[in-house]
Amino acid sequence: MIADVLLGVLLLATGATATAVALTREPTRQALVLSAYGLVLGVLMVALQAPDVALAQVGVGTAIVPLLVVLTVAKVDRELEHDDEEGDR
Amino acid sequence: MSDVLAALPYAVAAWVLLAGCYGIATSRNFIHIIVCLSLVQSSTYLLLLLVGWSGHATAPVFGDVQPGVRVVDPVVQALTLTDIVVGAAVTALLLALTIQLAKRLGTIDPDRIRSLEEDLEE
Amino acid sequence: MTRERASRLLFAVGAAGAAVLFALALGGLPHVGDVPHPYGARAVSSAVGRHTANAISSVNFDQRALDTLGEEFVLFGAAVAALLLLRRMRDEDDRAGVGQAGPGDVWSAVNLAGFALLAPTVLVGLYVVAHGAISPGGGFQGGAVLATGLHLAYLAGDYGVLERLRPLAVFDVAEAVGAAGFVLLGVSGLFVGDPFLANWLPTGTLGSLTSAGMVELFNVAVGMEVASALILLLSKFLEQALLVHERDHE
Repeated sequence: MIADVLLGVLLLATGATATAVALTREPTRQALVLSAYGLVLGVLMVALQAPDVALAQVGVGTAIVPLLVVLTVAKVDRELEHDDEEGDR
Repeated sequence: MSDVLAALPYAVAAWVLLAGCYGIATSRNFIHIIVCLSLVQSSTYLLLLLVGWSGHATAPVFGDVQPGVRVVDPVVQALTLTDIVVGAAVTALLLALTIQLAKRLGTIDPDRIRSLEEDLEE
Repeated sequence: MTRERASRLLFAVGAAGAAVLFALALGGLPHVGDVPHPYGARAVSSAVGRHTANAISSVNFDQRALDTLGEEFVLFGAAVAALLLLRRMRDEDDRAGVGQAGPGDVWSAVNLAGFALLAPTVLVGLYVVAHGAISPGGGFQGGAVLATGLHLAYLAGDYGVLERLRPLAVFDVAEAVGAAGFVLLGVSGLFVGDPFLANWLPTGTLGSLTSAGMVELFNVAVGMEVASALILLLSKFLEQALLVHERDHE
């Protein structure tokens, strides 16, 4: 009974966080929400008796992918700013 | 009532997939699209794990439990596991492509890219 | 109707259709948790028969090692392609790495926590790779933990220390050795008369470190490859974000 309630709560939390990821437009903020979503999904995977998969999800989806996104945003912003400056010259 | 509850797990997986597709369809920024693509991939992980789950079973690792105890399906977990790590590498490739796009075309708005291609062809 | 509203309407129609199809398809599946899993039962009994405590590692590196070989090379290919895309172009310069990016402006608590956790995290990563056959873990997860652990040095605020801790040539070679090592280990089965990727080493008692035969060696090869690929990817992204810039035209 309690296990079912826990699973239900985790599923709803996953759905809510996923909606937040899709609706967050600004990429840097979206990377943070993606990290939170990865954590919630990892906990759901542990509840579904999949510790191996949860380890991979937290290690990769929560730590590495948001870091790559933030670095890409920094680089792209600098490129676009540089292009704007060259265009103004 | 119990039918609704039984439909919830698969409904959440389908919801996450459609939310990711909505993000892709209405996006103005390639990086946002790539993150939503990663979201869509994660919905398939959820679906696979739900298919393999079993009510009173434990994880398929026989460290503390003795062989013979009911465990969940390890095959779908093996599929999901490699998928997560490889999916991250493909996401990195897509982000590298976005960086090149910003350098070459000066924009990462998918709507504007279509019109810039017309300019390039002239 | 503007183009944006038209595209949203089109998406709504498509999503409604997809939702109906999902409801029909997923509604026809048995309820979650009720189902017998014939493949799962056979995979588990086979894993226990080969003395591998972690049934998932057994499926990945013993029963279906060919799929893992393919996945590993997808990772290798994606990493090489991304590294190629992010190479330095002719018209780009980079600021001197160590001098420019000294200790960053982070809270000293973050600095301390980062450096205190660096060595334990790397150690846990090595543990996860080594014990892949007997507890949850393996090459893929351990490689991800190793790559993230190393970058705690950057998160603690000091890019220069990360550069010193991370000789890129070593990781280049390690990535190739990991990928080739998997194939060579598989070929080694051919020399003893077993099929490609067969688990031909003697297996011990269930739950001990050397119990699963070739599975541990495959784990080490994959761990080396995944960790190196992720470290190289992160290094190129960091370099592009922090150091590389277009040469200023005078």
